[in-house]
Amino acid sequence: MRPSAPTPGTQPWFPLDERPACCVPKPFIDVEQLSLHYGQKPAFHNVTLSINQGCITALAGPSGCGKTSFLTSLNRLTDLIPGCRLSGRIHLDGLNVLDSHTDVIHLRRRVGMIFQKPNPFPLSIRKNLEFPLREHGLRDREQIAITIETGLRDVGLWDEVKDRLNSPALALSGGQQQRLCMARALMLSPEVLLMDEPCSALDPLSSGVVEDLIVGLRGRYTVLIVTHNLAQARRIADYAALFWIQNGAGQLIEAGTAKQIFEAPREPLTTAYVSGMRG
Amino acid sequence: MISSGSNTLSRWPTDRLLLWLLRGVATIAGAIVLLIVVFLVVEALPVLRHVGVARFFTDPSWHPAEGFYNLTPMLWGTLFAMVGSVLIATPLGILSAVFCHYYAPPAIARPYRRLIELLAGIPSVVYGFWGLVVLVPLIGAIRPPGPSLLAGIVILTIMILPTIALMADAGLANVPQQYLRGAAALGLPRWATIRGVVFPAAKSGLFTGVILETGRAIGETMAILMVCGNVVQTPHSLFDPMRTLTANIALEMAYALGDHRAALFVSGLVLMGMIAALVGAADWISRGRIYG
Amino acid sequence: MVKTMARNLDGRELLALALVWSAATLVTATFCWLFGDILWHGLSHISWTFLTAPPRNAGREGGIGPILVSTALILGVCLSVSVPIGVGTAILLAEFTTDASLFGRLTRRSLDVLSGVPSIVFGLFGNAFFCKTLGLGFSILSGGLTLACMVLPILIRSTEEGFRAVPTGYRLSAAALGLSRTTTLVHLLFPAAVPGLLVGLVLGVGRAIAETAALIFTSGYVDRMPESLLDSGRALSIHIFDLSMNVPGGDPNAYASTLVLVVLLLAINGTASWLAERWLHQRIVTV
Repeated sequence: MRPSAPTPGTQPWFPLDERPACCVPKPFIDVEQLSLHYGQKPAFHNVTLSINQGCITALAGPSGCGKTSFLTSLNRLTDLIPGCRLSGRIHLDGLNVLDSHTDVIHLRRRVGMIFQKPNPFPLSIRKNLEFPLREHGLRDREQIAITIETGLRDVGLWDEVKDRLNSPALALSGGQQQRLCMARALMLSPEVLLMDEPCSALDPLSSGVVEDLIVGLRGRYTVLIVTHNLAQARRIADYAALFWIQNGAGQLIEAGTAKQIFEAPREPLTTAYVSGMRG
Repeated sequence: MISSGSNTLSRWPTDRLLLWLLRGVATIAGAIVLLIVVFLVVEALPVLRHVGVARFFTDPSWHPAEGFYNLTPMLWGTLFAMVGSVLIATPLGILSAVFCHYYAPPAIARPYRRLIELLAGIPSVVYGFWGLVVLVPLIGAIRPPGPSLLAGIVILTIMILPTIALMADAGLANVPQQYLRGAAALGLPRWATIRGVVFPAAKSGLFTGVILETGRAIGETMAILMVCGNVVQTPHSLFDPMRTLTANIALEMAYALGDHRAALFVSGLVLMGMIAALVGAADWISRGRIYG
Repeated sequence: MVKTMARNLDGRELLALALVWSAATLVTATFCWLFGDILWHGLSHISWTFLTAPPRNAGREGGIGPILVSTALILGVCLSVSVPIGVGTAILLAEFTTDASLFGRLTRRSLDVLSGVPSIVFGLFGNAFFCKTLGLGFSILSGGLTLACMVLPILIRSTEEGFRAVPTGYRLSAAALGLSRTTTLVHLLFPAAVPGLLVGLVLGVGRAIAETAALIFTSGYVDRMPESLLDSGRALSIHIFDLSMNVPGGDPNAYASTLVLVVLLLAINGTASWLAERWLHQRIVTV
């Protein structure tokens, strides 16, 4: 199915072993000793991880091991959760993310996010895209129209919705909604894209389309993707990190290139997980 | 649910401005209660100072013009009317909620619920007026004079019934379906299920309803003023006319001056105290201490 | 043995059935009586002249024109003060405070108490604060402000519910797009919370228009056409009270006024719930 599936992005698709030059490792996000607590309950503990620029990094592991919490701490969405405490350091291209003087709104423009469940606003398709653009200072109508069209073309949605831009976004199918959310995030030209199981709420066909889109992001964006789907992680990721629950909190067990994690894991847990024995 | 971590808002002047604006507005809203208490106390203080608290209970009578301030007849009036109406309205209201949920066919339950909702919004002066022109003459025909504790109890019952009925209705709606399915699987008949499963499960909702209706019964003024006859005396039978604390304020405020006016504010304070106690009780229930 | 038990149970079930149905019948019958009585006696007096003419002979004759105007003005004052304060407080409570924060807890608690305060106590307070201390005297302004304090808890509670019913996903995705809290609030949360606000508004209007005790010593008894907000004005509910209690022979007009008040309340309730439904529906179809 893979070779015949459309690849709407401009980037060519590469087979597993011929990765593009993006993978000359250049750390873009540095996480050191990061821990997160909800009240007294730890979500994950002491995670140290470097994310390379322009690559796709997959975060895998069983549910409840803090992958999603880890993702949301990178754009400080954790601020919105009462009783949530972060400790440790996160540097994003030199910016100290956890510093209380960091402008989170600016941070979140640089770090886009796609959620597990597609979450377009209860507005029309056009409004969904236009409203964040306007908020970020784009006023020129023509410019907005062009950006919207480009954004929708980028996710392969333009031909499907160009005649009904004013109909409600919630009337779209799940896969279309998720691509709309991707267009919405990408239009703001973020540098990093966080994806929290973006395919898990979708049917297999839409899931394939979205997956192809993600692959097309390689090189242009630094992508972190949480996934339960090992086959998917194997297909799309350049790097992989395995989370596991130990001593009641999520821990980072092993991180490395996808090839190494899937073919020559060092930790016994990783071996068990990738061979399907655990998790 | 969602909080503003201290720095979520940083760097955005509009966000900060908004937050301060909202805080200001909320402070006003929250301070009203305080303002009410302060004003009641300030207005009541003169009489509390030269008459003292004890004389509100020990004076021979309520004759403010002559310096007698006995509130006890009115306190009894309020108490009797409240207890009577709560005793009648509670079972009726709960039964009516049970009717809606478990007995009425859907074609009747919906309009019946709408009717109760509608009644909750009918002004007290309307109930009072109806009591005055219909109920009082009826009672008078049985045993004169007519305006009486009984009339007050009946009118209050009708007034607070929607409150308890709606609260009980909400409480019953919150009983988990699997309890009912479990009871049905045991072959329990309808009333046995309601008594043995539904009521215990809905207990806190029902108690909250009782507290709300009690509050309404204590605070009601106009309806009870219109049907009770307003004679300052401790009623000795259901057919005796009497006066409640609230009615006393409404009747005398218009011409009260000096210590008399202050004494009315004292009764306002007493009412506030009762309501505060009820809110406390409701809080106690909602924290689940009544279970067990 | 088993047989007797079954019969006992049966008896109890039948008794319960009878009790429940008779309770429902009693309730329905009482209210049919009440409505029927008001409709029967009130309808014959209602006419256009009655609605517009000023009252004469202490209200025994004439109409309720100025009284309707005063009622509307009191309501207007009440809403224009309570809606901004109520909506602001609701937003703060729902969006900017946690259940644990002291400020939120205090505000909520004091609103709980406020919602239980008897209306006559609001009357005392309004008289002491608005009429005396602020020097507004017996006026429509005093009455409206007193009512505003009274309807605040209802307004706040249901507006807050409206905001809480908005899915958390909207807030998260808006934050992830780097939108400010203000923008999120104005463009996303507020429109989604309007039904709650509307419901609160209706309940508030219902309570305000029904109120009598809080108005006697604040907006006063004067039944002339008010010329400014500082004039005393007689609300419809006070008119009914006065006619039935203090004016011998005022019953016919009291009936008619009661009918007007009840119809007004029903109309307000109906319109607003219709609006809320329509609005909700529309939101999904066109916006």
